[in-house]
Amino acid sequence: MDTNQYLEIFIDESREHLQNLNDQMLQLENNTDDIGILNEIFRSAHTLKGMAGTMSFNKMSVLTHDMENVLQALRNREIKVTSDLIDVLFKCLDALGYYIDNIVNTGSEGDNEFTDIIEELRNALGGNDGSGGSGKAKAEKASEKASDSSSSQDKKLIAINQYEQNVINKALDDGLKALQIDIALNKGCMLKSARAFIIFQVLERNGEVIKSVPSVEDIEDEKFDFEFSVVFLTDKSPELINKELNQISEVESVIINEVGAKPVEKLKEAATGAQVTTKTPEPGNNVKSGTSHGDNGTASKVNKAGKTVRVDITRLDLLMNLVSELIIQKTRLEDIGSQRDSNAYHEALESLERITTDLHDAVMKVRMVPVESVFNRFPRMIRDISRELGKDINLVMSGEETELDRTVIDEIGDPLIHLLRNSADHGIEPVEEREKAGKPRTGQISLKAYQDGNNVVIEVADDGRGIDIEKVRKKLVEKGMVSKELAGSLSKNEIIEYLFRPSFSTADKVTDLSGRGVGLDVVKTKIESLGGNVEVETETGKGSRFIIRLPLTLAIIQALMIVVGNEKYAIPLNNIKEIVRVPVDEIKQVQNQEVFLLRNNLIPVIWLNKVLGVTSDEKSKKYLTVVIVKKGEKLSGLVVDSLIGQQEIVQKSLGKLLSGIKLLAGATILGDGSVALILDVNSMI
Amino acid sequence: MEKANNLDINQFVVFKLDKEDYGININKVSTIEQVLPATRVPNTPDYIRGVINLRGDIIPVIDLRKRFGLPPVEDTEDTRIIIVKSGEVNAGMIVDSVSEVMHLDDNSVENASNFISEGSAGYVMGAGKAGDRIVSLLDADKIMMLD
Repeated sequence: MDTNQYLEIFIDESREHLQNLNDQMLQLENNTDDIGILNEIFRSAHTLKGMAGTMSFNKMSVLTHDMENVLQALRNREIKVTSDLIDVLFKCLDALGYYIDNIVNTGSEGDNEFTDIIEELRNALGGNDGSGGSGKAKAEKASEKASDSSSSQDKKLIAINQYEQNVINKALDDGLKALQIDIALNKGCMLKSARAFIIFQVLERNGEVIKSVPSVEDIEDEKFDFEFSVVFLTDKSPELINKELNQISEVESVIINEVGAKPVEKLKEAATGAQVTTKTPEPGNNVKSGTSHGDNGTASKVNKAGKTVRVDITRLDLLMNLVSELIIQKTRLEDIGSQRDSNAYHEALESLERITTDLHDAVMKVRMVPVESVFNRFPRMIRDISRELGKDINLVMSGEETELDRTVIDEIGDPLIHLLRNSADHGIEPVEEREKAGKPRTGQISLKAYQDGNNVVIEVADDGRGIDIEKVRKKLVEKGMVSKELAGSLSKNEIIEYLFRPSFSTADKVTDLSGRGVGLDVVKTKIESLGGNVEVETETGKGSRFIIRLPLTLAIIQALMIVVGNEKYAIPLNNIKEIVRVPVDEIKQVQNQEVFLLRNNLIPVIWLNKVLGVTSDEKSKKYLTVVIVKKGEKLSGLVVDSLIGQQEIVQKSLGKLLSGIKLLAGATILGDGSVALILDVNSMI
Repeated sequence: MEKANNLDINQFVVFKLDKEDYGININKVSTIEQVLPATRVPNTPDYIRGVINLRGDIIPVIDLRKRFGLPPVEDTEDTRIIIVKSGEVNAGMIVDSVSEVMHLDDNSVENASNFISEGSAGYVMGAGKAGDRIVSLLDADKIMMLD
């Protein structure tokens, strides 16, 4: 079978299942008795095995098979959930993740068979039980095969999985009837699928079809003989349904049986059967669950994943570029418009402006992804770290629904991992130390995301020991990064700045997690390359908080256009605090740095003409136009020649050749077609 | 098919710079443009004239005269920007004029070591002979590496 076309779907779905398994496994560790969680885990694992088997990834399917045996034993209460067992299962998940990564990169699952993990799994089942377990598994497999073939030939008994059973139970509670209807068409029927469609229509008028064998999809494709069966929920009497169906021509026979309520837990047999249907994921399955949950939401658990369309990011980029072009043209029209004076013209311009803004928002929305997709791997990570370090750590996450541009999402994973590891390793104290300090045994790390104006803020906070400023000060001198005298005079904030310098680490011992001196500077560089910044708040003994601020969008930004000499530049508006006019004689020289006083704050002055190498006659002026820009808490004044105004600009890269230039964040095309450069304020301060 | 490929490989865009003819492999050339106004980029070597807006793309342009240490001249009617693509790097090269596309077979191309000219020496990878003319064949990748 040519399975290549399914490979992408397989990869995506496997990842979803793995994530689900990870989440559920974490929950299981805290609620070892919850059979619901176990069932969910079992279901995901089983689907994964089925999918791997279908795609002929045999090693993957062997591993999931052994994993399933353990899960089966857990479900049957033959063995108990222990932390060690969970560890082994997590190792399984990692191994499966490894297989999937391999498949993504090379197209094959690789040679690693993870025999050690399989061994551990078999050991977990216990010596005798092990063979028994696999024997049972074989039996189970056989029964699967049996039900697989039986479902195509003998349709007397439709296999109902537990979710469908849930739906049925709920319906029965609501006073509806659940019927299994076996319908046979005339052997001479020419348009079987059309006939079936009419039958379905009649049924849907009277109630709800929750399952059909073969699947709706197959019936539409005429992939059935002359018979099919459905499970049907209705408030009408079976006789009425029978009568209505018999009125349709070319229907040979209709057999109706009532389906009763069954408690979900006793459904092991039925459940296995149902998993066979999920084994080869058929679109038909989705159709069916879609209808059942669309109507009354009883089956909201059936289809957890939201309806999505996967779009190639390059297509989105193309759309984005078109919108960008549109905005440039709009700006151009505005330029022309300012020279004319016609009402109609301005109205048209305004509506164009509204449309482009809406279109821009819409395209941006398409590119937005909730940060959840990054956050969801962290609970597992913190669990592993805390076990490794022997610390007790609880991760609290909030604001997972906050959305960020896809390109940003792809990049922030690593910096966040760094920060979380930092908090777990350096921040949170060992249990004894916490008890001595009168803190709760369990350390708290919180990960919070929220939107703040045009920014998204992500905070990583811990209630650990905080950054030891004095220790950092000592370390700075030891490392020869700062002279002793200077170190003594540095303020708390200045000391913290040094933490973000390359090759700085305060950890006394190098652990696997951190302390190798790569970390905070990498975090800072990464975040800044995304147009964001990082701040730290810390209090000794109480904990520290890392605040990451990221721009909502990367491509289109609001900017202030300024003139230096005869050149135009753009300064991103989110860097700007205010614009002031300063008399030339108020600029003072303090320690080799020109500054001026703004409401009792000393603001350092940066002459843009000097920085940019432009000649402009500053001498003749009495007043300077100064744009006050901020980077975190720090302010600086950029001296410009004149201001043009605020404008929406499309940020473009300067290309690989000029990528190393510090002062610039990119370029933009102005309404007249000329290029203006965008200043990177962060690199100037 | 193979023959056509070979032809491609040995085709060169020939342009004039000062008094000499230079060639650049046609596979590296994406388009040839009239001179467009460039925006100066601060903190770049002086041979980077700036960036231009090429139908919505921002492209840096290299002044080849300055790159080779030749005396500067004003742009004329004939001045062209050759847009070159090498790997992920896109850039334009300003030349005095573009004359033709020349086909050179292997026999008429000589190794760079036999051929030395000032300024451009580091960027030449060979010399092509066509009749009594000699065309210096440039290594586009090296030109587009900033030093």
